[in-house]
Amino acid sequence: MSDHEPLDDDQQVQHDDVERKELAFFKGFALTLRHLGRRRVTRSYPAVKRPKQPRQHGRHVLNRYEDGMEKCIGCELCAGVCPADCIYVRGLDNPPDHPVSPGERYGYVYEINYLRCIHCDLCVEACPTEAITETKMFEFSFTNRADAIYTRRELLVDDDGQPKRLPWEDWRDGEDEHTSGWMRATSPSGAAEFEGVVQWSGELGYGVRPPEGGQSDARDDEATGTLAVRDVLENHLYAGDRTVRRPPRRGPR
Amino acid sequence: MTPTLTVSDPLFVAGVHWAVLLIVAIKVVVAFAVLLVSVMLMIWFERKAISDMQSRIGPQRWGPFGILQTLADGIKLFFKEDLVPRDAHRFVYKLAPYLVLIPALITFCIVPIGGLVTVAGHHFYLQVADPPIGILLLLAMSGISVYGVILAGWGSGSKYPLMSAVRASAQMISYEAALGLSTATVVLVAGTLSTTGIVDQQTQGMWHWNVIRLGVVPFVVFLIAITAEVNRPPFDTVEAESELVGGFHTEYASLHFALFFLAEFMNTITMSAIMVTLFFGGPAGWHPNVAHLNWLFPIVWFVLKTTIFCFCYVWFRGALPRFRYDQLMSLGWKQLIPISFGWLVLIAGFRVGVAWGLVTAAIVLVCAALLARAFKLGDARELGKDAILDPVAERPVPPGLIRKITDGESP
Repeated sequence: MSDHEPLDDDQQVQHDDVERKELAFFKGFALTLRHLGRRRVTRSYPAVKRPKQPRQHGRHVLNRYEDGMEKCIGCELCAGVCPADCIYVRGLDNPPDHPVSPGERYGYVYEINYLRCIHCDLCVEACPTEAITETKMFEFSFTNRADAIYTRRELLVDDDGQPKRLPWEDWRDGEDEHTSGWMRATSPSGAAEFEGVVQWSGELGYGVRPPEGGQSDARDDEATGTLAVRDVLENHLYAGDRTVRRPPRRGPR
Repeated sequence: MTPTLTVSDPLFVAGVHWAVLLIVAIKVVVAFAVLLVSVMLMIWFERKAISDMQSRIGPQRWGPFGILQTLADGIKLFFKEDLVPRDAHRFVYKLAPYLVLIPALITFCIVPIGGLVTVAGHHFYLQVADPPIGILLLLAMSGISVYGVILAGWGSGSKYPLMSAVRASAQMISYEAALGLSTATVVLVAGTLSTTGIVDQQTQGMWHWNVIRLGVVPFVVFLIAITAEVNRPPFDTVEAESELVGGFHTEYASLHFALFFLAEFMNTITMSAIMVTLFFGGPAGWHPNVAHLNWLFPIVWFVLKTTIFCFCYVWFRGALPRFRYDQLMSLGWKQLIPISFGWLVLIAGFRVGVAWGLVTAAIVLVCAALLARAFKLGDARELGKDAILDPVAERPVPPGLIRKITDGESP
């Protein structure tokens, strides 16, 4: 074996790359200078928030029907499915003279421990009456463990379908919208594509939400509040930066 | 006072009495306060400029544009618990931050901030002190701050700080040589060590600035060497957050930790000021003749020039990736030191006469060629003739060669 073989093609390419990289080293100066004038990518977070995605998993609410009856029937399916074991439900027979829910029973005790909750939304999936859904509000914190356990009193929406704004939660306008709408995390019937089908059930105060795009042409991003990361950064990008094109729209199979 | 002091400083010409001492005291206090405030502004400026380069917003919560952020950080650090690790050498551990901080403070003393000022019949320079050894003080102080770093690493009684300190001291000592040689070119041409003297020779206009008078090379070498000397990126292997979890100050907390950072940023400002003094005419610059305000314009020029260099440091940090240790050493020993030494000899030759200058130029060129050949051969012996050790780009070692080395065959 000879001591020094000549460089093969790959190695030669590497070599040329290195030569070019030396210049690229100094391009860093130009790049940083150009960035001085660009729009900022970040926001001043606590003051200004980005719009949240429509499927943001936040803190739960317990919904009501239009007539003010609670949707929860105390079936404990949510507690059973919860992987974090954070939901505690006890059902009770409705009092005949002033029923709380339309069915036979209602959720007498309903507690969620937010020190345990992982916001997987399996409880929302499991609920047969769409009683429990999640808002988009995730900015809440506590100073003691007891405060982390939300009871029925905190979780229930008011008569207009609005969630309670608790003092240690950071609610902004618009974050209470689309809270009681319900959708499956997995698509109906296991179909991977769901074109133009309304998957959200109607919600108190807001009606039925327009269909979400997903893989579909029928997307209505304005209405659903869906923002692609690329669109969020739109102002920051130059024309030359946009090397990644949107994938071609796919029709139904 | 000694006669040497009276020669260099007009303040002591009429003898030393309480008014003179008062002026000196005021100068010291003002310089100290100005330096501390400017460190605060520098940290804020750096964080803001870096975040601009990275398209972030940066500090914004305290004061207008977040300008008081450093103050808030300082107050926080001040009130934190000061821990001393169990295995630390207590005295050395406590001493080290001051060995870094005090040289940074002293170095600033020799920088002329403005011109000659007359207050109540006393003439004095806007400069804390103008010792006859002048610029030597800079080299001495940067020598002492090496002790601060290495004692901090050793006194912490922990492995990583020690490794970092050894690495850092090797770096600082290596670059001190290039620093000294490029400073020597300035001193050679100026004929004086006093900073006021050096500045005075550059007042006739931009073409008399040392950066142009000496050719740009000593300035570039000085800029790179001083960046390495104060451990600023891209030479911040001392801190090396990614490998050495903060480097020599890993074990420090609270106020002592803050002192290191104070010293680092103070050094950044001081070295920018030194660079302005040595190469860019210090406070010299065009100004209109306005009565009672003539003292102000040199200060404005000085601050302006210094700010530009402070921005350069921030720019380096934003644009350049950190050097690997071997790249760092190779840049220092194989390039900066030979270049600055060759340039010093060249300038010395031309100072004697044109003929001598041409002869030295020829000798320097021959030596440079020999040296380059020697470095190339050395690299070839280390890693084979295909490998080129490049301090700037990646190290292009062919894969086959790596295999040979790791398999134990000598390449």
